[in-house]
Amino acid sequence: MLLLWQLFVSYLKIGFFGFGGGYAMLSLIQNEVVVQHQWLTNAQFADIVAISQITPGPIAINSATYVGYSVGVEAGSEWFGILGSMIATFAVCLPSLTLMILVARFFMRLKNNRLVEGAMRGMRPAVIGMIAAAALLLIFPHSDAPDEQNFIDTWSWVLFGGVFVGSWRKVNPILLIVLSAAAGVLIYYVF
Amino acid sequence: MQRLRTIFLSFFKIGLFTFGGGYAMIPLIEREVIDNRRWIERKEFLDLLTLAQSVPGPISLNTSVFVGYKVRGLRGAAAALLGVVLPSFVILLAIALFFADVRHNPVVDAAFKGMRPAVVALIIGPVISLARGMHWSMLFVIAASALAVWGLGWSPIYVLLLAAGSGIAWELTLARKMEKKHPERQQNGEK
Repeated sequence: MLLLWQLFVSYLKIGFFGFGGGYAMLSLIQNEVVVQHQWLTNAQFADIVAISQITPGPIAINSATYVGYSVGVEAGSEWFGILGSMIATFAVCLPSLTLMILVARFFMRLKNNRLVEGAMRGMRPAVIGMIAAAALLLIFPHSDAPDEQNFIDTWSWVLFGGVFVGSWRKVNPILLIVLSAAAGVLIYYVF
Repeated sequence: MQRLRTIFLSFFKIGLFTFGGGYAMIPLIEREVIDNRRWIERKEFLDLLTLAQSVPGPISLNTSVFVGYKVRGLRGAAAALLGVVLPSFVILLAIALFFADVRHNPVVDAAFKGMRPAVVALIIGPVISLARGMHWSMLFVIAASALAVWGLGWSPIYVLLLAAGSGIAWELTLARKMEKKHPERQQNGEK
């Protein structure tokens, strides 16, 4: 029960402070799920990001459903897992729902508001730094445990470089993920 | 009643085909909400996008809640939210249920070993392109917030609050002084 409550609070925080959308929320999710509560290892977190790239929907929702299920299963049974995924998904949506309804009511007042503009201007570079922090933590985790590592050998860096160049040249990210999965099977299973 | 179901189905469609989240959804939502359904005007939609980015939470959720609320009040907002979230929820729950069984399969494991470094490369791309769009002095803020979160282990929430606070302080003090010196540069603020 305590676990489910912590899950609710964590995803409420992620929803409430998720400024900048998408990638910007990665650092928040990582901080709650990997650093503070250790519900997922650093490698499992990378897996969720990979799954999110090839399935529809925002990463915040995808990770909420997935993490909610795993935490629920730990707390009891598969039914707790389904309950956990519903709780986390609901929690991450709640701030969007309430805040956007408030915005829809007071639409014009928020536009061109000095305070909102100043806050957004201040947060923009910080959000970029947070995305960089998420990437840095994925590359250099705080722990040396083998199941925390995303870069395990030279091949990891080769794949990293290839995908980086590919995404720079605007290759579809879904294709890049599928290709790197295929490369992974060839490198680590076939050979 | 008919209308609620239409809202739900429209956003379900948007949720189902939005890969990668966030900005990938904009053309889709434009076609469905502006061209097909004529629920809001194009100009209003552009304003809405700016607002959806200044409110926390995934942009696709924020946009859906806003449009749903405009069309049919609170129930419309709930129908739109449910529609846009349901596809990712069901797909990720299915993956979570299934993944527990295949996780230790050597082929799946090899595929994920390939995908992990790829994911990191996909995250770094936007960091560089976003940072290039900023003033050079902001690079310091980007680096500082990345180091605070990754190196010092600060919660991203504190970094965001600090950044928003300094942004507001700047807007209220220095920006105002500059406007007094150069009144021709004054933006059309509300005061």
